[in-house]
Amino acid sequence: MRCRQLVDKISEYIDGELDPELVRELEHHLEHCEDCRIVVDTTRKTVEIFCNAEPAALPGNVHELLSQTFTQMFRKGEPGLNKQ
Amino acid sequence: MPTHLDNEQSIVAAAQAGDPAAFVRLLDQYSRHIYRLGLSITGNHQDAEDVLQEASLKAYRGLADFQGNSRFYTWLVRIAVNVALGKLRQRALWKESSLDEPREGEDGCFIPLEIESWGQDPEKACLNNELQQILAEVIQKLDPKSRTIFTLRDVEKFSLEETATLLGLSIPVIKTRLSRSRLKLREELTKYFGKDARNAMPTTRR
Repeated sequence: MRCRQLVDKISEYIDGELDPELVRELEHHLEHCEDCRIVVDTTRKTVEIFCNAEPAALPGNVHELLSQTFTQMFRKGEPGLNKQ
Repeated sequence: MPTHLDNEQSIVAAAQAGDPAAFVRLLDQYSRHIYRLGLSITGNHQDAEDVLQEASLKAYRGLADFQGNSRFYTWLVRIAVNVALGKLRQRALWKESSLDEPREGEDGCFIPLEIESWGQDPEKACLNNELQQILAEVIQKLDPKSRTIFTLRDVEKFSLEETATLLGLSIPVIKTRLSRSRLKLREELTKYFGKDARNAMPTTRR
């Protein structure tokens, strides 16, 4: 397997979806290619960082606006919850 | 994906029975995630705000239709994704194949340019709000379709099949876009987290 072919397989490799034969070829290549090891490692970290990141707090006015909207709707008794 | 609320089923049932506080509790649990989803897909705060607002209203009005076959959050995300995609379609961004085509070699492969290992623990190298800012910025380097796919699959952890169904795209298309998105984002994050990239780190601590 060459570097360019490996790059194309990284995504499936880190998802554990790659054919076992290709996994063996890919890992054999990694043993001898530091650049590809770095690309695989940092791609895996990229996915982990996004996966683990907590969302930011809502901007203050957004939360307020949402609360106001629903408070007004509840006061008016807007139908919508039960359809019966 | 956010964690379940304790006793979520009974909270949803209370909301369906007409308890406003129960619905607000559900929104409080998930609104930050829905806002982030809207921001990732649409790329701007005004649209993200609209996505949250409109999806919340649709969820409230359609609560009786929620059968409990999936998590409440999954149901809410489906609504929000449809609202967000509606925004992209209005802006005619969805059909554009790409605003930022990936670099390709002659054989169609993406060619990495940034080859530099990262520090031991990049997530701890910056404050949480700095990290959120970096992630929000780099994801906008992807075209709208790719960042929608990436957000659903890698941020919200939907399966390939669910992502394909939500977006009306084939699984091979999802896989190809996801692969290129991951590689592109890896390059962008290397500019921040690469061992020689410390100076590129944005800072709110002055």
